[in-house]
Amino acid sequence: MRLLSILVTTGVLVVLGGCGGTDDAADGSITVFAAASLTDAFDEVADAFEAADPDVDVSVDVSFAGSSSLREQVLEGAPADVFASANVPNMDAVVEAGAAGSPRVFATNRLQIVVPAGNPAGIDGLDDFADDELLVGLCAAEVPCGDFARQALDRAGVRPAPDTNEPDVRALLTKVEAGELDAGIVYVTDVASAGDRVEGIDIPDEHNVVATYPIATLTGSGDPEAAAAFVAFVLGDGQDVLAEFGFGRP
Amino acid sequence: MSRRRRPPRTPWVLLPFAVAAVAFIALPLVGLLQRAPWSDLGDLVTEPVVTDALRLSIVSAFAATGISVLVGVPLAWVLARTSFRGRSLVRALVTLPIFLPPVVGGASLLFAFGRRGLVGEPVYEATGLLLPFSIWGVIAANTFVAMPFLIITVESGLRAADDRYEDAAATLGAGRWTVFRRITLPNAMPAVLAGALLCWARALGEFGATVTFAGNLQGRTQTMPLAVFLALESNREAAIALSLVLIAVSLAVLVPLRDRWLR
Repeated sequence: MRLLSILVTTGVLVVLGGCGGTDDAADGSITVFAAASLTDAFDEVADAFEAADPDVDVSVDVSFAGSSSLREQVLEGAPADVFASANVPNMDAVVEAGAAGSPRVFATNRLQIVVPAGNPAGIDGLDDFADDELLVGLCAAEVPCGDFARQALDRAGVRPAPDTNEPDVRALLTKVEAGELDAGIVYVTDVASAGDRVEGIDIPDEHNVVATYPIATLTGSGDPEAAAAFVAFVLGDGQDVLAEFGFGRP
Repeated sequence: MSRRRRPPRTPWVLLPFAVAAVAFIALPLVGLLQRAPWSDLGDLVTEPVVTDALRLSIVSAFAATGISVLVGVPLAWVLARTSFRGRSLVRALVTLPIFLPPVVGGASLLFAFGRRGLVGEPVYEATGLLLPFSIWGVIAANTFVAMPFLIITVESGLRAADDRYEDAAATLGAGRWTVFRRITLPNAMPAVLAGALLCWARALGEFGATVTFAGNLQGRTQTMPLAVFLALESNREAAIALSLVLIAVSLAVLVPLRDRWLR
């Protein structure tokens, strides 16, 4: 009985504790939902933002996931202040639902073929993605990198024969890094982030697809001023950080 | 076993907690049902992507359960009935996949059985055989994640069993294999069936290890959980329809068997 009353009391305290203080605008913290391909880059942008103005004490939490998952979370009312998407349709869906302000393009990205270091299978272009003998992977058609990759293959007149359609770009990169796949199609920035473990093979401009990344403040933000300041930073001084990671300017 | 008991006197204080537990599990299901696209359900669940994924899920879950019974029951016997140095280490090791995040399990499988893996590389060079990106990879991932449920269930069943019957059979001249086959195994059968059911259920829902080790390709490696996850990216209604199919299949197996096998 004593144990029970302890349990009940702590339970009540936990519930009460959970109710207070989270949406307090004065605590100066914002949550940024960012596309999986912005991992690493946005961590550094957030650090730079926090360090930029000593008078403003805003801490930034970045939550990374596939743009479509983030879209679902925003539409289901997840408490976030800023949304940075890897493609336009996911941002449009959020804007149409009235959950975001007017979006601005803050970065561009391009596709590249990624192969394990040393290119053991001798991949030299998009044609190889039609080869049944090779182990090649794409992102699933449902996520932006998979949609873009299929557009590029289509422009090159290649009917791909992938051995796997990975649920996000990082999963695909990991399998190429491990040497399990002979090739994959990812973003230029992913190839750069993987360092020596992989090599990139350029896709000709006439076949390549330019991905545009829009950013917007969310209408459900508990701290619209801080959210707007972060977006302004990404469009301004944050551009240098993004360029370091291989992103193009809008 | 079937001694008739009086209904127990209910300690009422337990009830709110029991109700909270049921509600916590039931409410998400109610939420799913409430969002279900009932009018389009027929069309959604007969699409090839769904039937392919369902077939693959069921086949690989049964295969993983079969393999688990074949090698897991002998291991459970060894753990329950023998003592050797390092037994507690082995026991901890075989339950590790339960604690391991499935994605980590999938990555570890790649490092062991992948094309550049410890065992996978020499096997691939010699024979050209490859587990990842094939149904064998799905079965391997399912077995890795689900077999521990069978092993611990059977092991505890064997420990709880009365081993005097085995001694008696041995005294009467039965060989070791005969004792195992005629006495130990029939006595442990409820535990084996319960373990197999848990193992099958865990394999049916496997996501993380499968996608990491075997990849995702419709008709070859895309199981129901993978199809649900990807459908969620683009078409929420299809994802809900797929989830309902998976729940229906699970219930069709669980409801008749749970009361009989899982006590």
